[in-house]
This record gives sequence, structure tokens and C-alpha cells, in this order.
Amino acid sequence: MHSLKYEAPSALGDAIALLAQASGTSRILAGGTDVIVQIETDLIEPELVVDIKKIPDLRGIAVENGAFRVGAAVTGMELMDHQAFCKAWPGVVDGVKLIGSMQIKGRATMGGNLCNASPAADSVPALIAAGAVVRIAGPNGARDVAVEHIPAGPGRTSLAKGEIIVSFAFPPRPPRTGDAYLRMTPRTEMDIAVVGVGVNIALDADGVCTAARVALGAVAPTALLVEEAGAALIGSRLDAPALYRLAQAAAAACRPIDDKRGTREYRVKVAGVLARRAALLALERARQNI
Amino acid sequence: MTRKYHVAATVNGDEYEYLCEPQQTLLDALRDELMLTGTKEGCATGDCGACTVMVDGAMICACLMLAVEADGKKIETIEGMAQGEDLHPLQRNFLELNGLQCGICTPGILIAAKVLLDRNPDPTETEVRYWLAGNLCRCTGYDKIIRSVLAAAREMRGA
Repeated sequence: MHSLKYEAPSALGDAIALLAQASGTSRILAGGTDVIVQIETDLIEPELVVDIKKIPDLRGIAVENGAFRVGAAVTGMELMDHQAFCKAWPGVVDGVKLIGSMQIKGRATMGGNLCNASPAADSVPALIAAGAVVRIAGPNGARDVAVEHIPAGPGRTSLAKGEIIVSFAFPPRPPRTGDAYLRMTPRTEMDIAVVGVGVNIALDADGVCTAARVALGAVAPTALLVEEAGAALIGSRLDAPALYRLAQAAAAACRPIDDKRGTREYRVKVAGVLARRAALLALERARQNI
Repeated sequence: MTRKYHVAATVNGDEYEYLCEPQQTLLDALRDELMLTGTKEGCATGDCGACTVMVDGAMICACLMLAVEADGKKIETIEGMAQGEDLHPLQRNFLELNGLQCGICTPGILIAAKVLLDRNPDPTETEVRYWLAGNLCRCTGYDKIIRSVLAAAREMRGA
């Protein structure tokens, strides 16, 4: 039986120091919905678990210079119950709502969903489409990194030893912007994405798309920002030819696996279909956001 | 020798203290240290909802929280639902409408249903089904559970 040590510092610097100085395997504990299962089933045997939920910087939802900053350890339910955030970023909330059951969302966090680094994590494509940037604190200070640069492969991130994701910064949300996240699963609830698509767009006063970001989940080792898919929408009114180009670009970016949830061909096809549907939902929301 | 951690928590309004090892879950502590065995272990991986409890107002799976994390927290379990001999309307309707068979999933479902009705006193059938998607029952086929929740909601609204 290995010996596990639990620490719950209330200062960010103490948490970083504990993780940076750990000699063996260590894990950050936020919602614990992945880490605790891994510990209890002996998948991992960490010597140190650092609970980051007592650190105030990680726990709040704030507006900074007209834009949201969400603590990495804010739970899914806390985010879903925050009316202003839900109004600004309904697509991000769509992704968060799909993370497990209500009980799971009572604990699970966006920081954990990102750092668990599942290619099928539901909040991640929505966060990438939103243009969210994470604030990382570590032994060498703080750095800001776009969400799409955090996952490095299934179960792996680009974070260095001792680094902690503190918060997610969202861009300002002017009128005529909208986002959406849709996923395909064999069941309606409690399932893992076969494909997930996040779309975030901005329209001008004439309804022409001026900016678009499209991200795919579960079709490659990490969630993907597909710049060609976003470019297919820019300058259009999201008419049929633009949506066709979007679907083609989304499908072309897929590098999926074959597994019990879906074949390679199915995932590629569905990525295009879902991208189109998510774009239309984002469009509807952008038109209503005036 | 694994270090033991001292935890003081409020459970159903009563002060409790226990010693736990760091890898013990809150579910282990409730059942094995506090002898509050109403909270059930189903899957122990957060999939089935049998161990649903409230911690500081958040509905969670007790199998997915470490016992040591409970220090200073306010916990509510199924043992706190009835007021003495008076069953909660949800409990009474589950009995009257056969919302349970073997009963293992029932404490978790009652807690989850109570949270739903606290947030939304008049849910649709679809809303009840989605809210309870994280509570698995292998006996009833769910229909009688859903009917029991809706009947309790009607009663609690005075409708």
C-alpha cells in the first residue's frame, strides 16, 4: 500500500510549491470526478494530491474589462446557475451541461475537463471556439495560453511540473455574436461524444459574418481548432454554399479512430453535419443577441 | 504508515468527527465511520448516483469526494429527509406509487428528486427524466419513479 498525502492550501503559491517540489507522482484535485476514480481503481498511485478548491483565485466568476474570467475550479452547476455567463456564452454552457450527470456537474470543473485531456471532453471545443485563454501559474510565474494549446494528446497536457490552470479568460461579448456546441452520442444522456463541434460567430449590422471559430472534439487525439472551417463562414450570411464549405472543411480536418462508438467514416461524416447545425444555432443566437 | 486525517463535519444538522485515510471517500466515511448506511454504494465510479448526497448545497456523488475534503462542510444525506416519523412527501409517494423495488437506488434518487423540486416545483416529465439521468435503477424501468416524483411535486405545490 502506497502512502498518499493530501494537502489543501489556500494560497496559490503554496499549491505551486507543493507540486513543484513533489518527488513522486502528484495530482491536482479540483472536482475529482476523474482523479478520484483513477486513485480508487489504482490506475494511478500518487504520493501527493493537492486540493486547489480553497484557493480564492480559482473559485470565482468575475467580469474584467467587460469580459468574463472564470476560475478553473468553478463547478459546472455554478456556471450553469450564473445567468449573465449563460446569456453571454450559451455554447460554452451547452458543452458544460453535457459533462456527466447533475451529480457530476456538482463537482466537475472546466479546468478539470481540460486537464483530464480526453479528446471527447465536451467543454473543450466550445472553449476553443469561444477563444478562451487560460491563465497558468507556475514556479516560473504566470503565462496566458489559448485553450487549444493545452491538450497534447489523450490524457496529456502541455503544462509543466508545478503549473496550475487558474482561470479562463473570455473575450468581450459585443452584440450580434453567438456560440453553440453540439455533440453526437448514441444515447441522449450520460454518454461520451462520438463527435463534438463548437462554433462561435460574429455578424455585422447587415448580418454578414465577420469572424468565426470552429472547433472539433473526439475526431483526433486532441480537440482541434479548424481555421479553414471558420474561414468558410467569414464574409457570408451562413447561406447554403458557405455551410457546405464549412462542412467540407470540418470533415477534412478529422483524423478519428475507429471504435465501438463510431467508425472513422461515420465520425468524418457526422463532423460535417454537426458543424452545419451548430453554425445555424450560433447564427440564431447571434441574431437574437442585439 | 499512512497518516490519518481528522475531519469535523455537520451531517444532517449534527456535528460529527472522524479520522480517515487520504484515499477514503466520503461514501466510505459515511457508511463505515459514521454508520450512516442509508447512502448506498453502487458503482463507486460516479456513474450510478446511488451515493447521491448534498455537500454545502451541491448535489454530488459521495464516491467521488475524498472523506478528508469534508472537513468543515455541511452534508445532507437520506437519513435527514424524514422529520422523525413524518416521511417527506417524496418518500410517501414512492411508497404509495411503488417507486421502488429492491431499494438500492432509492436514497440517491430521493435526494436528487428533492434537489430538483427545490429548484423547480413544477417540472415536466421530461425535466424529471433528464434531471435523474445520473441515477440508475435496474428494477423499475423508471416509469414508477417518475410518476412518484411528479405526484410528490403536485402534492407539495398543493395542486
